[in-house]
Amino acid sequence: MEDTLGELLNLIRGVVAGVYDDMQECNNLLEKIDLSLNKDGIDPYGVSRNYLKMLYPAMKWLYRHYFRVRAIGIENVPDEGPVMLVGNHSGGIPVDGTMTVMSMIIDHDPPRYPVGMVDRFAQKMPIVSPLLIRLGQVTGVREQAERLLNEGRVLLIFPEGIRGIGKLYKDRYEMVSFTSGFMRLALKTGAPVVPFAFIGGEEAIPTIMHARKLGNLLGAPYFPITPYILPLPLPVPCQIYFGEPMYFKDEGDCEDVAKKVALVKTRVEELIETGLKNRVEETEQP
Amino acid sequence: MKILIVGIATAVGRRLAEEMLNLGYEILGLDIRPWPGVPKEIEITRADIRRKPAEEVFRTRCPDTVVYIAPAAGAAQDYDRRYRMNLESTRAVFEYSNNYKAKQVVFVSRHMVYGAAPDTSMYCSEDDPPYGGLTFPKLNDIFTADLYASQALWRYPDLNVILLRMVYTLGPSRRGALARFLKGPGVPTILGFDPLFQFMHEDDHVHAIITAMEAKLHGVYNIAGPQPLPLSTLIDKAGKISIPIPQRWYPPFLERFGYPEIFANSINHIKYSVIIDDKKFRQATGFMHRYDENQTLKAFRYGA
Repeated sequence: MEDTLGELLNLIRGVVAGVYDDMQECNNLLEKIDLSLNKDGIDPYGVSRNYLKMLYPAMKWLYRHYFRVRAIGIENVPDEGPVMLVGNHSGGIPVDGTMTVMSMIIDHDPPRYPVGMVDRFAQKMPIVSPLLIRLGQVTGVREQAERLLNEGRVLLIFPEGIRGIGKLYKDRYEMVSFTSGFMRLALKTGAPVVPFAFIGGEEAIPTIMHARKLGNLLGAPYFPITPYILPLPLPVPCQIYFGEPMYFKDEGDCEDVAKKVALVKTRVEELIETGLKNRVEETEQP
Repeated sequence: MKILIVGIATAVGRRLAEEMLNLGYEILGLDIRPWPGVPKEIEITRADIRRKPAEEVFRTRCPDTVVYIAPAAGAAQDYDRRYRMNLESTRAVFEYSNNYKAKQVVFVSRHMVYGAAPDTSMYCSEDDPPYGGLTFPKLNDIFTADLYASQALWRYPDLNVILLRMVYTLGPSRRGALARFLKGPGVPTILGFDPLFQFMHEDDHVHAIITAMEAKLHGVYNIAGPQPLPLSTLIDKAGKISIPIPQRWYPPFLERFGYPEIFANSINHIKYSVIIDDKKFRQATGFMHRYDENQTLKAFRYGA
């Protein structure tokens, strides 16, 4: 009995010490990160140091131990200046977005803080809306994105939008069409596009159907249903493959924009293919 | 230079008049409300801007510059009456100014003209569409007056028109819409939402209006102070307690306890942020706010 109690106390002590260390680590990272926090730890977009510190230990644990994320080619993301991370969307709830943000904080040197372009419905939801703002995730409005890029920030964009995240498990890794807004922004601001593939998100939350009425009740377009009913993410190892930056020049031609969007989509598809192939090979290794 | 301040009895009007007087300007005032204890150097006429005595001030005193403080949001309980009053007053200010050869009109409006919605840009520039009427339908008169005033930019080519869209003020006077919202020990917020609020010190507010006037700007300009703060932080730093209320009961609660109509009628404002970008004004004038967000809240909290 005493042994069990001792082990339990050791475990609690370990967890508390771990959380404390992670909070200290977060403080150090925030010193280096590209956010303009004021004396109270709030940046002009509402990002809060306290929220980041509070959530960092849990997010780091999810990143390192639950999803065991590996960020391959993350050195392709420029160390400074505006960047648009453009990738595939998946999983019913945005595990991919959260883990990609974490990869840029934990595994990129120097750490950078990507701003996610969130769908409008999320900003209407109580509790979710202020949480997104405090974590620096803003509504996907063109003017806002342009302003952030002009300030040299990293944007995280999923051009498949809600149709992408709402893919069913049977359609996993099959990309739907890309919207062209990100490319118009890239052409206007000169920001490089870094394509990336997120592998594992489709399996983490295997959506088999959408409960639309339930979703509407919650203020969302749908509620993802998994074989085990609730959309709780499974501990699937995830990998993020970052491609080399792509630079585009405006040639004033609408058809040309569509061609450039297709180039980015093809590159993301290639990265997905590489990621899936590597995953199979790793699984088959003795 | 002779300056006529229309709406001189408001908190901003009084402070503006005193500051301009200190700078050596000749100050005239027009307001239907009294200003007890007005400095003797300031000549005030108590009249409705739409009536003959007000026009007489323009005709006989011939001001060089007219500063019109934002139309009233809560002056009349009857919305229809207020709507007409605000638009007719705006029309009168510009017509008299043009007819009696004023050189410029400074129209002091509100940043809320851009509206607050989940899908509006967080930092609105002067080029952004004014969604205020859509997101705060019961304040439509204020936004319509703003847009009506902007017509004067082309309707009166001989008149220099400056339209300033300004954020809330806070300061030791504890007057103004945001100050009244923060008046009690508890401040009602909407459960599950915490928007960013933008405000500036009342001295900076006055300083910005004078800067715009002296720079003889032309057109529409956003004016903001320090960076915005979440409403919860603002309430906390003002020494108050946040009272989260479910959205359904929010307007009746505010009406019951006498909070400003501007908030009771615009729930979206307590849910979503209205943030403006004042880069254009700062670049045109070199304006710098003197009080940061903490100094402003401290001034409001301790009244000094």
